[in-house]
Amino acid sequence: MVVRTRVNGEWREAEVWPGASLLTFLREQLGLYGSKNACEQGECGSCSVWLDGALVCSCLVLAAQAFDREVHTIEGLTDAGRLHPIQDAFVEAGAVQCGFCTPGFVVAVADLLQNDGNPSPATIREALSGNICRCTGYAKILDAVNLAAARMRGGT
Amino acid sequence: MKAARSEAIPLAGGTDLMVELNFGRLRPAAIIDLTRVAELTTHRQENGHVFLGAGVTYAAIVKELPAFKPLVQASRSVGSPQIRNRGTVGGNLGTASPAGDALPVLAAYDADVVLHSQARGERSLPWHAFLTGPKETAIAPDELIVGTRWARVRGPGSFSKIGTRNAMVIAVAGLCLGIDEDRQRVKVALGSVGPTIIRATQAEEQIASAMSGSGTWQDPSAPVPDEAILEFAELVASAARPLDDVRGTAAYRRHGCRVLARRALSWSLTERRLPTWL
Repeated sequence: MVVRTRVNGEWREAEVWPGASLLTFLREQLGLYGSKNACEQGECGSCSVWLDGALVCSCLVLAAQAFDREVHTIEGLTDAGRLHPIQDAFVEAGAVQCGFCTPGFVVAVADLLQNDGNPSPATIREALSGNICRCTGYAKILDAVNLAAARMRGGT
Repeated sequence: MKAARSEAIPLAGGTDLMVELNFGRLRPAAIIDLTRVAELTTHRQENGHVFLGAGVTYAAIVKELPAFKPLVQASRSVGSPQIRNRGTVGGNLGTASPAGDALPVLAAYDADVVLHSQARGERSLPWHAFLTGPKETAIAPDELIVGTRWARVRGPGSFSKIGTRNAMVIAVAGLCLGIDEDRQRVKVALGSVGPTIIRATQAEEQIASAMSGSGTWQDPSAPVPDEAILEFAELVASAARPLDDVRGTAAYRRHGCRVLARRALSWSLTERRLPTWL
């Protein structure tokens, strides 16, 4: 079947197996490899994207369900090859090791900071509870969120 | 559409079904996308009843239905933000896992499940008639779940569950307790500790009559004797029909019910003592 959806502001269309997930559609059909394929059961958050503005696991969305809808991916977060402040903060805080979970985390953090510019430690933990990192032990990811939040509020 | 293609699988948030598809365990002949049926994503209150559409997500419940505390607590305990943005109560009902977090709440609310087919129109089944076994329901092949409906009840209540983490956990034991001030009843429903959701009816009757005996219904500050609370917890634990599995042993699950029951009752008794202006 043909799925047509608006990805990062641009209408995209491709032929896809009717049982394919949005994640497969993004990666295999559209070549957007930023969203990672890991658990395929919504446990790890590596495939996090926005569907009509809501943070979702793209592996749990049927590609056909995204027909005529708005999808935003990690690729849409940056413009002209410059890192987003959240990505800068991840690099500086040492929150990236193998990097596989990073796009999903960055998307989840961006979703959090859109709604709460100064999140409490508990709020950050709850907001990131759907993302798994097997390298960092999370402490540096939490540092990165605080750093990014402070900068985006206009601090240092 | 469901009448014409009864083999078609209805799909909403995908948090259960997409896993089956991704792992190749399910190859449906057809899928019906319910996320475009706007009617299913609505909720309303009329004549003391609440109707909750099958497609209302857990995130929407947390945001839009704060008055229903046990339901909000259960919704907030589902998965992660990503899962709560997609997962629906209709999905919990359709999947009919005994670990579905919303299900003990619906059982404690004495909710009906509203079904619809083209041939026979709408029908409602009490939750226990709908949930017939583990992952088994009384839905007919040409029917869809429209939502769930329950009568509003005045009184405190809570949902709590036991698991290895606060997030992304399939409960080892889950419990919803609700107090019905007007009928002087206590309702207790258990999840994850039997083939389907279980109401601890003996415990419900015991504690309601203990609260009559101690005058606690009329005067919330009149204490319920400790022995009555412990007996209540014991009766709740004995209502469970748990199995040993990868997430926990039967003995642990039963003990979990005992602890959750005692705590949930204490929370509600404390809440009844709080002044109404608080």
